[in-house]
Amino acid sequence: MSLKSNLHSLKEKYKGTKMAPAFNALHTFLYTPNDTTHNGTHIKSADDLKRTMNTVIMAMIPCLIFGMFNAGYQHNLAVGDIQAVTSGFFSSEFWTLDNFMIGFWKIIPLVIVSYGVGLGVEFLFAVIKNHEVEEGYLVTGMLVPLIVPIDIPLWMLAVAVIFGVVIGKEVFGGTGMNILNPALTIRAFLFFAYPTWMSGDKVWVEGAVQRTNDIAAGANLDAISGETILGSLAQGKEMAYSVSDMFYGFIPGSIGETSTLLIILGGLFLIFTKIGSWRIMLSSALGAIVMGLIFNQVVSAGIITESSKFYTLMSTPFWQHLILGGFAFGVVFMATDPVTASQTNKGKWYYGFLIGFISILIRIFNPAYPEGVMLAILLMNVFAPTIDHYVIQGNIKQRLKRLKVKTA
Amino acid sequence: MSKDILIKKGLDIKLKGEAEKTLEKAILSNFYTLRPEDFHGLTPKLISKVGSKVNAGDPVFYDKSNENVKFVTPVSGEVIEINRGEKRKILSVKIQADKIQTFKNYGVVNPDTASAEAIKGRLLESGCWAFIKQRPYDVIANPNKSPKSIFVSGYATAPLAADLDFTLKGKESELQAAVIALGKLTAGNVHVGIGKSSNSPLAGLKGVAIHSISGPHPSGNVGTLINRIDPVNKGEVVWTVNAQDLVIIGELLLTGKFNAERIVALVGSSIEKPRYFVTKIGSEVATIIYDKGVPQDANVRIISGNVLSGKHIKPDGYLDYYSNVITVIPEGDDYELFGWTKPVFNKISNSRALTFSWLNPKKEYELDTNTNGEHRAFVTTGNYEEVFPLDIYPMQILKACMYKDLDEMEALGMYEVAPEDFALTEFICVSKQPHQDIIRKGLDLMLKEIG
Repeated sequence: MSLKSNLHSLKEKYKGTKMAPAFNALHTFLYTPNDTTHNGTHIKSADDLKRTMNTVIMAMIPCLIFGMFNAGYQHNLAVGDIQAVTSGFFSSEFWTLDNFMIGFWKIIPLVIVSYGVGLGVEFLFAVIKNHEVEEGYLVTGMLVPLIVPIDIPLWMLAVAVIFGVVIGKEVFGGTGMNILNPALTIRAFLFFAYPTWMSGDKVWVEGAVQRTNDIAAGANLDAISGETILGSLAQGKEMAYSVSDMFYGFIPGSIGETSTLLIILGGLFLIFTKIGSWRIMLSSALGAIVMGLIFNQVVSAGIITESSKFYTLMSTPFWQHLILGGFAFGVVFMATDPVTASQTNKGKWYYGFLIGFISILIRIFNPAYPEGVMLAILLMNVFAPTIDHYVIQGNIKQRLKRLKVKTA
Repeated sequence: MSKDILIKKGLDIKLKGEAEKTLEKAILSNFYTLRPEDFHGLTPKLISKVGSKVNAGDPVFYDKSNENVKFVTPVSGEVIEINRGEKRKILSVKIQADKIQTFKNYGVVNPDTASAEAIKGRLLESGCWAFIKQRPYDVIANPNKSPKSIFVSGYATAPLAADLDFTLKGKESELQAAVIALGKLTAGNVHVGIGKSSNSPLAGLKGVAIHSISGPHPSGNVGTLINRIDPVNKGEVVWTVNAQDLVIIGELLLTGKFNAERIVALVGSSIEKPRYFVTKIGSEVATIIYDKGVPQDANVRIISGNVLSGKHIKPDGYLDYYSNVITVIPEGDDYELFGWTKPVFNKISNSRALTFSWLNPKKEYELDTNTNGEHRAFVTTGNYEEVFPLDIYPMQILKACMYKDLDEMEALGMYEVAPEDFALTEFICVSKQPHQDIIRKGLDLMLKEIG
């Protein structure tokens, strides 16, 4: 008997039992099921949720690979083993096997823990509540390693993933029902539960924490410091990196968020495949530009002077906000999550614009958490249904007006 | 008062097996079946008993809630079987046809001079009322309510639909009589939609508003036409009639006979030689699907109607009351290795997620009945709107139906829609939700609660 028929008889065997969802989840990974249509259209288009989610993952893979190189590069740069990049995106200092392997061995465990723990929780809920394992976590599980600092302990990640999947998603009823983006719920949990770990200048470069501990233990070494650019700007320091470094991504930061170039490519791929919403991506960028321009104007009008603690971030040219920090990554991969975003096309414009607008606002006025995009998206997730409500009310009012014109 | 209507949102699903424009007379079926389920929401009361002799056009049952609405036999012969289901619900009435057909003569009605009451009475007693449907609710029209206008779509854009330009050719006088008669039953207009570049026999009709339509499916759906011209508001009623049924109505008025003859297209990728047949309502599909059609034991799905909204029937099943197409496509009850991730060239998709149907919009596809994925909660947004031309929020109205919020359903435009309007959103649905079924149940609930 072939694999196909073996699996088919196993499926029949598990049918109706508690294990059916778990088995089906694995089975459908290998084979799309033999379900046929009934009561409705007799044919269906080729897309299913797995394909949709898989497309998003494909868009993130370049960021993941880059993140591996960058992890090694930041480490080697910090310990002084290599020189900083000099010749653009394809600089030979960056794309070395040594850099890659350091990142690889650091990041793969994060990916494994993220998927292992997250899918474990999903399977558990599917079996208990007897529903199919939905594909939402495929994307979340890939997002999570990309939005955490490189030196995060694995246990911390595991705790956060459990929290995020259970509180962020399963209590609402699973994929499609959640209000907050699960990946951001996980990150927000990390940031507020372990603030001393998740901010400051120690976790963004591989080995920095270890080195600090070594020094404390009496080792005669130089400390490694790897602050994110936003972190240093928030403290009023000078920008230490060139614009091209920031755009290409040769900077410290969460694993996948640094390379704006690759994020834009991923975003264009999502727009082309019609999986990601161009409306949200475009309007978010517009929102950020508008807010950035406002602050630039405030500075040039002399309202905020150099003595202010907000001066450095406020005077950052508005367009640089787009390539700083996690803004691009958040907007392309997380604001566009269809479940938690606005669901109407018109609503998406407002939703995206406000995300961009509020991101920059938080970034500038909240020096403790200069990464504004996470909070902005979570905030707008909460308001997305309200935006949709008003958009839909417009349609309803139009319909009522039509009736009134008739009867008047 | 005619205007051009251009539909931009939609999707043309091009399938293999379009009918060649040749007409054959189908082998006469020995048995004909009337199924009350073809008339949604109907509770039938029988007039004929097993053993009754009937002429073509004699009433067989009537509507319990309105006994004026009669349903008649398409052929003369003998009622041989009444099939009942649970709680003695009537499933079908089977009639054995005579070799020589006799017709009940209802008498000629001149639509130009007859009064509205006379026309209405004739349509009701002769069974032609069943061809008139109403919105809201997409059920047979309530004869006690006057419609604000009547809609006919003469433009078939559904996949593999019968070409109405071909099937209506030469029926101009019947069509004209029918629309004049229907025009007397409404205070408003009879609106007829025709394809912009078509050569429709409907184009020359007098006393109607002709609208020329262009754009992808569902531009030919009558629901799209209504939405663009005169949408249904709360408390209003519009009627819709299929173009091919106007012929039967017209012939009844002109000759007094209920002639159930209809030109039906046999289509689909499983058919060896797709072509048109002259047959009758309720006849056995076996009389047409096997000759240069499908092999006897083929694993196929036979559909009375089109692939989007038709009914699944068995090989020994019957042509339903409203369909003018029989589609046969392969069953898709097989697994596909890594079907969710590998590039797809042989299926239609409106995304570009490693699906390549956008590369070749002219290509004809051979789709089977596989769902291409499992049923899920609603996740993606914005894609339904791309194929849904009505000014209604499709996902929101579907969700309102699912949680049965009558006020919200009403506010979002439930009076305007029929299940078939949601066929395309169902086709492209990533979550494989049964949109048409959800809408049908929503309409039924409203009909029951609001009426």
